[in-house]
Amino acid sequence: MKNKYSIFSLIKNAFSQHENWQQAWGDPNPKKEYDAVIVGGGGHGLATAYYLAKKHNMKNIAVLEKGWIGGGNTGRNTTIIRSNYLWDASAGLYDHALKIWENLSQELNYNVMFSQRGVMNLAHNLQDVRDLKRRTHANRLNGIDAIWLNTNEVKKFCPIINTSPNIRYPVLGGTLQKRAGTARHDAVAWGYARGANEMGVDIIQNCEVKGIKRNGNQVEGIDTVKGFIKTKKIGVVAAGHSSVIANMAGLKLPLESKPLQALVSEPVKPIIDTVVMSNAVHAYVSQSDKGELVIGAGTDAYVSYTQRGSHDVVEGTLKAILELYPIFSRMKMLRQWGGIVDICPDASPIISKTSIKGLYFNCGWGTGGFKATPGSGDLFAHTIANDEPHKLNAAFNINRFVSGDLVDEHGAAAVAH
Amino acid sequence: MFVINCPYCGERDQSEFNSGGEAHIIRPKQPTELSDDEWAEFLFMRKNIKGIQFERWNHTHGCRKWFNVVRDTTNDQIHAVYKMGEKPPKDY
Amino acid sequence: MSNYRINKTDFVDQTSRISFKFDGKTYFGYKGDTLASALLSNGIHLLGRSFKYHRPRGIMSCGSEEPNAICQINDETELSEPNVRATEIELYEGLEVSAQNCWPSVNFDIGGINNFISPFIPAGFYYKTFMWPKSFWKNIYEPLIRKSAGLGKSPTKPDPEIYDHKHVHCDVLVIGGGISGIMSAKLAAQKNLNTILVDDKNTLGGSTIIQENEDFKINNEISKDWLIKEIKELQKLDNLTIKTRTSIAAFHSYNYLLAKENLTDHLPKDKKNNSIRQRLWKIRAKKVVIAAGSIERPLVFNNNDRPGIFLANSINKYLNFYGVSCGLNNFIFTNNDSAYETAISLFEKGISVNMIDIRKKATSNIVKQAEKLGIKIYWNSTVTNTFGYRKINSIEIMKLSDDGSNVMGDKIKINCDCLGISGGWTPMVHMHTQSGGKLNFRENDQVFLPKDGYPNQISVGSCNGDFELDEIIKNTNRNIKIYLDIKNTDYDNLDISCSKEVEKRNIWLLPNYLPIGKTKSFVDFQNDSTAKDIKLALREGFRSIEHVKRYTTTGMATDQGKLSNMHALGIIAETAGVKMGTLGTTTFRPPFTPLTFGAIVGRNVGRFFDITRKTPMHEWHLDNNAEFENVGQWKRAWFYPKNNEDMHKAVQRESKAARESAGILDASTLGKIDIQGTDASEFLNRVYTNAWSKLAIGKCRYGLMLNEDGMVYDDGVTTRLGENHYLMTTTTGGAANVLSKLEDYLQTEWPELDVYMTSVTDHYATASVCGPNSKKILIKLFPDLKFDDENFPHMSFQKAYLDKIECRIMRISFTGEQSYEININSKYGKSLWEKCIDAGKEFDITPYGTETMHLLRAEKGFIIVGQDTDGTMTPVDLQMDWIVSKKKYDFIGKRSLYRSDTIRDDRKQLVGLLTDDPNEVLEEGAQIVADINKKPIDMLGHVTSSYYSPNLKKSIALAVVRSGKKMKGQKLIVPMENKNINVTVSDFIFLDKENSKLNA
Repeated sequence: MKNKYSIFSLIKNAFSQHENWQQAWGDPNPKKEYDAVIVGGGGHGLATAYYLAKKHNMKNIAVLEKGWIGGGNTGRNTTIIRSNYLWDASAGLYDHALKIWENLSQELNYNVMFSQRGVMNLAHNLQDVRDLKRRTHANRLNGIDAIWLNTNEVKKFCPIINTSPNIRYPVLGGTLQKRAGTARHDAVAWGYARGANEMGVDIIQNCEVKGIKRNGNQVEGIDTVKGFIKTKKIGVVAAGHSSVIANMAGLKLPLESKPLQALVSEPVKPIIDTVVMSNAVHAYVSQSDKGELVIGAGTDAYVSYTQRGSHDVVEGTLKAILELYPIFSRMKMLRQWGGIVDICPDASPIISKTSIKGLYFNCGWGTGGFKATPGSGDLFAHTIANDEPHKLNAAFNINRFVSGDLVDEHGAAAVAH
Repeated sequence: MFVINCPYCGERDQSEFNSGGEAHIIRPKQPTELSDDEWAEFLFMRKNIKGIQFERWNHTHGCRKWFNVVRDTTNDQIHAVYKMGEKPPKDY
Repeated sequence: MSNYRINKTDFVDQTSRISFKFDGKTYFGYKGDTLASALLSNGIHLLGRSFKYHRPRGIMSCGSEEPNAICQINDETELSEPNVRATEIELYEGLEVSAQNCWPSVNFDIGGINNFISPFIPAGFYYKTFMWPKSFWKNIYEPLIRKSAGLGKSPTKPDPEIYDHKHVHCDVLVIGGGISGIMSAKLAAQKNLNTILVDDKNTLGGSTIIQENEDFKINNEISKDWLIKEIKELQKLDNLTIKTRTSIAAFHSYNYLLAKENLTDHLPKDKKNNSIRQRLWKIRAKKVVIAAGSIERPLVFNNNDRPGIFLANSINKYLNFYGVSCGLNNFIFTNNDSAYETAISLFEKGISVNMIDIRKKATSNIVKQAEKLGIKIYWNSTVTNTFGYRKINSIEIMKLSDDGSNVMGDKIKINCDCLGISGGWTPMVHMHTQSGGKLNFRENDQVFLPKDGYPNQISVGSCNGDFELDEIIKNTNRNIKIYLDIKNTDYDNLDISCSKEVEKRNIWLLPNYLPIGKTKSFVDFQNDSTAKDIKLALREGFRSIEHVKRYTTTGMATDQGKLSNMHALGIIAETAGVKMGTLGTTTFRPPFTPLTFGAIVGRNVGRFFDITRKTPMHEWHLDNNAEFENVGQWKRAWFYPKNNEDMHKAVQRESKAARESAGILDASTLGKIDIQGTDASEFLNRVYTNAWSKLAIGKCRYGLMLNEDGMVYDDGVTTRLGENHYLMTTTTGGAANVLSKLEDYLQTEWPELDVYMTSVTDHYATASVCGPNSKKILIKLFPDLKFDDENFPHMSFQKAYLDKIECRIMRISFTGEQSYEININSKYGKSLWEKCIDAGKEFDITPYGTETMHLLRAEKGFIIVGQDTDGTMTPVDLQMDWIVSKKKYDFIGKRSLYRSDTIRDDRKQLVGLLTDDPNEVLEEGAQIVADINKKPIDMLGHVTSSYYSPNLKKSIALAVVRSGKKMKGQKLIVPMENKNINVTVSDFIFLDKENSKLNA
């Protein structure tokens, strides 16, 4: 790597007042033709380009981003990473991602601050207990580290949780995945962008896609605000805007795009050293390295591309936070924002070929795509390069909505954050 | 949080309503005669429009009536409401 | 210690002394002080340490934009609160304050070492290092980073205070009680519009309230005096509500605004009297007038962050509002006229002051006035450095080159104890943009201004870019007249005189003789991001303002960039050589100032967190020692332990009683929907999988309801009460969803059907009496009714009277025992229950809870939707083919049952499981495999329900297993963490397969 990052490069550059750092990625104009074009410069799209270049030797590729890279859900999520999913297909997919996360900083030479501080899911009623135990058993047999904690163990692992039996929905226990945790979301996009760019991938920002050109059933190219780009393979990783791109190609997807909100508190000294999620008392919280409590709210149940949701959802979330953490009542919300999440009917993603040759979709990650970023990019790159899914994403094809073989993560896996 | 003009009750806060998604997807009269593809089209495939969308809303915490709304999903502005069974306004 | 209180003002009551503690030491201030003004009056400037470099920081401003002076109040108490701005907290007796982000003390802070290693830790350094060796990240690097980050400390005790919400509608909401807000509110109220005026301070008046300069007059009165009269007028208006100490937190679409009113934060603990601390106003306003004002900009130059460096106008406010002088030897460094008002005010009070102006000259009245007074002005000059570790003690000045890109001439070093800085003014467009409004850029003074033309809102005053007194008044008057359709106003013919700024010069990053890499020119003070950090980000390819913001953390501190965003944009524009207006701004996210979680949540805490639904018999259950289970919002009796029984013992006793004599269950929580209309039968045909047309009046039938995707959704027994009248029951948790789903189909797909539905769940209480002696008990209760199997067979219904109160009795069974569900008006529920218990006494009738109910039905192989199903089970999977009508051409979900993957016969199917060891009870949720040695392990399914059955004297379980239908008798394994349990697939009906007990 021409510009390797390390403590030594920091020291060296300090003596030239940091005037000699290179661009992390360039700002090129699009070429006339690429071997593949990725639509969407979020974490998943950049990772796809990175693995296409790295593992499939496709270097003449471009990532087109309508705004600035990492500016969509990559930069708006609550950064939770875990793989304790119920179904084998999901567990396979997310644990593949988790394994990549564990070495990602070193691989990218970019510190994505993957922090394995554990993710705990709480149970508040007897059905929660059954569901979470079911998931824990499945995880264990799938080789995923997940354990069941009783209420006392929950309290011991995260002492600030209100485990009093007298609250409205007492904590009856929970699951813990210790390998799970959080990462620095922006760094993931930037690290992949830098890595992909290093291998020759063009990252083209402010380049909105206007149309997809087909010759019969084969993709021919893509119309953008920066002109027409010829290509035989288009991988769309446009999250909330997937349907918009699909419509350009005359496809409909089983997706609805909805607002999802999150918020942070003012920064404080370390007070919670893990990630705690609760489905029944709908709240999840962690603390960033900067000290902010990072709190995820729910989705609004209507289609919207506004990147803003309703205040009721935020109020409901904080209500749940104060139920579980009454000590946070005098903390203050610093910032609140929304993203647009594309949700599949079975709460599982699509990483798939389509009925149009050369057109691939990676979408439907709903509220929980961040954790899958490296795995999603790797498997989507495989699918694009080989025109065939990898065995780990075979179940996540579009056809499952026709045949009925859904990967339903609503039921026992609860909300797929 | 927008305000929806329920055709039966008048203007109410959005929190009284529930969205039923895209409107005018008519349930097939003879589902058994459809192919798996056609059935999936009805069941799952959605336009998910960015822009003016015709959609269904229910005044859940009010009169419990379902009705249609014409809403711009890019800014949540509501352009029209009309009752179930009425023809959608043509201007959109 | 010197006393810096040098002036008497109308706003601080110098007869009312207040003591408070800062870092353990006691100080005094007065009623009307903020913590900041009180500290300054005591000569205390150093209040805290910055986020990254732990540099000493003091008070910089006098309002919500304060980046530095944030502290912890009432630490270690239940009223502890971190990150409170000293500029906003009103002083009260007993207030305890401590400095933040420093150890061991604010004066000597170990973290200050970061300042010396700062060359090695530029913006984003953490992305480039801490990667080797890998294990150090988790164990060393990250814990260190986490410990040094964060500012104040989270409270550790529950909050004893109360928060409240209030919903209001108004015609006009005016945001901001400065001169333009006051004018707008008066005009709106005079027009007879229901108006609310909010201001975050405890008094109205904005900056004009301290405007004493004779250059600014309205109708020949000093502007301050004119405004005081206006405020008095305002208070006479009937339809105007004035809310001080109230700040707008968010402006959402459709004019939905959140305002936080502080009610008791300014009171000492003993005066709070358990009253509401903060109230969140949820306001729907027909029209909104934004008069939020503007914030003074700092200047960006080397070491511009020391304690003793203030925004120039804040010095004026401390002087004329609080009577406190920030320093005795002041320099004011400016690029505009407004700072001269401060200088003149200081001078007139006999305090030493000099001016440094980056402009080459200025010809306005106010500058001339300063010159006439003899205030020294260093023209065309800039500050190149400041000195003094804990407080500024001197500055270094140089001349600017002609184009302002460089410094020249000699360095002049001068002593001072206070430096005011003013880089112009930034209109507060937050509210406008939060509501969805767009912005224009005005080149002349480099400000973003609200675009107009939004029918629901208007911006007036300095937040709309009017900075001169005459423009503010004239434009506010004109725009409000148009906006609110007013013909003539009190303000039409005012005679206004004011000094007008002529010369303008703006340099976002002031030049220095040092290379930028050797300077620390702070842009974001709290987060310690400097001009060189921004340049580094640009150099590394971060071009979007959002990228720069995220890479350098500029604008992400607790002040949300109120002082830094414009400079960041300006420096990016200057460096990249683009026009600032084309860069756009970062998104202004709510809230405007940090908003207490407690205020957002209001009273919905503790016992108001969620409603609790209780059945009419709830008191009886309580009196009889029941343990409860939460099912949705319902509290259901779970089991009734006697003599310290544990659950297992209680359930064994209860279930035996139900099978051997009589048991009674409170079934009131089951959803009940009353369905009427001439097409009611047809409707049921379409929503259930089985056929309903032929059900005779007075008969009951079990029904299974699917989702359109073919998966089981809900179940329950429906009774035909009359020709066109049914009573449907649903699961407890599913009641509301089922009704709303049915309404959806009825109203939108099948509007031609004549059907009406009403939820009657809460109207009836239900006692379910079961067991071999149940009939005898019923006979005692209803002596007039015939209970023989011919007159009242299983799956039928009778109307009867209990002490003249009508009851509906359904002979239906969820336990396999003969069983009667008695429904009665819920008012009589408890009475019915007690009568049943009374009548059953001779049979030792035993109340049983949901746990026993679950066991009894499992013995019979009856499913519980949600426990034995999970949204992926079809009726065929549940071996309930018998209930799926083959004749009906359609029902909800039918088509989905015939898709290629739903007709597969290797789907997971409901089976029974028997453990080889009859005493071994399986864990619900445990997985099932055939071969434990095969890797990866192939999981066939899982245990859905599992109990020890005292009636069968063995462990039984229901499970879903792949191809389970074909596996009866097959041996399988349930692998647990510490052992493998051997099981055999069995029939899922364990007891009385012939249903002989139903009619026994």
